[in-house]
Amino acid sequence: MTYYQNIFTQVQVRAEAPDMGVAHETIERTGKGFFVHLFGRFGNAQIGPIYLGNLGVLSLMCGFLSFEIIGLNMWASVNWSPGEFIRQLFWLALEPPPPQYGLRIPPLREGGWWLIAGFFMTASLLLWWLRMYRRARALGMGTHTAWAFAAAIWLCLVLGFIRPVLMGHWSEAVPFGIFPHLDWTAAFSIRYGNLFYNPFHMLSIVFLYGSALLFAMHAATILAVSRFGGEREIEQIVDRGTASERAALFWRWTMGFNATMESIHRWAWWFAVLCPLTGGIGILLTGTVVDNWYLWGVQHGIAPAYPHVFPPVIDPTSVVGAVK
Amino acid sequence: MKPDFTFPKYLALGYLAVVIVVLTTVSVFLGLGWTVERVHATQNGFRGTGMDQVKRPAAERALKAANVVPEALDPASPDGDKATAVYQNVQVLKDLSAEQFGRVMSSITEWVAPDEGCAYCHNVENMADDSLYTKKVARRMLEMTRHINKDWKDHVAATGVTCYTCHKGNPVPVNVWFADPGPQKDAGVMATNDGMGHPNKTNASTSLHLDPLSPLILGKEPIRIAGTTGLPAKPYGASIQATERTYSLMMHMSNSLGVNCTFCHNSRSFSNWDQSTPQRVTAWHGIQMARELNVDYLNPLQPVYPPNRLGPLGDAPKISCATCHQGANKPLLGAQMAKDYPELGGAPAP
Repeated sequence: MTYYQNIFTQVQVRAEAPDMGVAHETIERTGKGFFVHLFGRFGNAQIGPIYLGNLGVLSLMCGFLSFEIIGLNMWASVNWSPGEFIRQLFWLALEPPPPQYGLRIPPLREGGWWLIAGFFMTASLLLWWLRMYRRARALGMGTHTAWAFAAAIWLCLVLGFIRPVLMGHWSEAVPFGIFPHLDWTAAFSIRYGNLFYNPFHMLSIVFLYGSALLFAMHAATILAVSRFGGEREIEQIVDRGTASERAALFWRWTMGFNATMESIHRWAWWFAVLCPLTGGIGILLTGTVVDNWYLWGVQHGIAPAYPHVFPPVIDPTSVVGAVK
Repeated sequence: MKPDFTFPKYLALGYLAVVIVVLTTVSVFLGLGWTVERVHATQNGFRGTGMDQVKRPAAERALKAANVVPEALDPASPDGDKATAVYQNVQVLKDLSAEQFGRVMSSITEWVAPDEGCAYCHNVENMADDSLYTKKVARRMLEMTRHINKDWKDHVAATGVTCYTCHKGNPVPVNVWFADPGPQKDAGVMATNDGMGHPNKTNASTSLHLDPLSPLILGKEPIRIAGTTGLPAKPYGASIQATERTYSLMMHMSNSLGVNCTFCHNSRSFSNWDQSTPQRVTAWHGIQMARELNVDYLNPLQPVYPPNRLGPLGDAPKISCATCHQGANKPLLGAQMAKDYPELGGAPAP
């Protein structure tokens, strides 16, 4: 006896032939679609038919251009050595212009390529957003996915465009690269006195961890009642069956309160969307209106003082005659 | 119900992909130099501040083995004939007796050129001859050692330094540094990235600047980058790039001394002195010392060296924190070697 209720799908539910979806005259799709068993193990076994459209093609082209510019500059930075390119791949960078260029257009070798790559990456994101919005509309859906994606684009644009423009320096933006953007994050926090004291950073973390918690609670609940048909959530929203009754009762038993089959998705959507929204506000305020979050935190009583356990330490440059 | 394998070749491809991903992940993890060794953490600061020092037993044992101090030669009397009266062309050690002078020469040979012997610096036909570059460098290094022991007590305290502190039996100390142009030869129109994105020993395998030493401990570019007021006080403070450069230098210091950031800093506010440990003041003097020694002693020796002793950009070998410390937070694990060598400016034994 197999159950369609486990972490791993034991039974693949699928049609005899690829399903063409709802009838819709404006959607021209490519290919006939086919099945891949392996994909069916963690999602739908059916691949395609796809719809790319002009926006999709343009977005992929821009994304590819950006990817190529970044990759080729990284390769050039190891003197075009294939071995070094692989060895240093995680470290390789495409850095923004140095500070002396402000918001001017720098030479290609000093951040010009970064600006071009950033432009095409942004174009790719925005085009993909438009495509997402229009595909949702074409299917008569709400545009929730597009607006959630917009929240992520907001954070991306704050980091790479809006805040650097407000600061008057492209150099404030994030470099491309795996470790470079992580090292940038640490350096950014150190330069501006520790982002942990930034209230919007705190909010962003709340929504990040909160999203993970809500996702875990919701997914666990639905999997747990899937033996009663709980994964048919839309039906359960408008016509509560025993699955949603049991799920609701479970949470009322364990914590006295339950979300509904419908409201849990609003919770999840807002938590996910508020993570980059508040994070973006926190980044936007950094350097523009607050220069050192720790000192700001001390002024506003959110950074406690700890007892001194070392002999008194003073800045050597504040001692007369100490500077050699 | 029997599983329905419509496209077994995709399944095979899928398993292949999984194997490739697993192998790649494993190789990345192995390549990063992870260790399964037990790690000991010692609380340093106030509880809850996370100011711990992390040590690995095998690394500690290796450090101990690498820092065995050679036995001091028998003390020499400062009385008797002066070295200048016995030897010709004595320029630096003029205050020493001939006996002390001989003791220094024997020690240097043991510390710096144990295999090469006197002939590494001297023309053995005429010991007073200055024809070998090594002799000119050694003379300047003796001046430097005396200067450090006399004028840099803020950093070396009573422990002091001898030739052995850096040389450890090597004619050229292992941890000297040169200006590092990075792997990129001729960038043309391609991005130069301000020397970022290449892991090396100096930046402790980060993607930060590969040569923070040239601007910061040879040059005198500002190291302090954090905002000094809650709200912005000036139009534009230190750039992110300057921050990354300082960060790279700090990684170098941490790596050179075998300590965590929290050996000196409370990481809640790296710039705040009030919450830092006393070691940060010592380290600050160390930076000033390295800057001064590079500018006044190491760099000016550039014309003296033969080309094979110079860096890829033709610069002289220079010192950084790693040159003396070599992975120990106190060089030679704090052994007070200099006190046995008053000839080198170390405080004489009590």
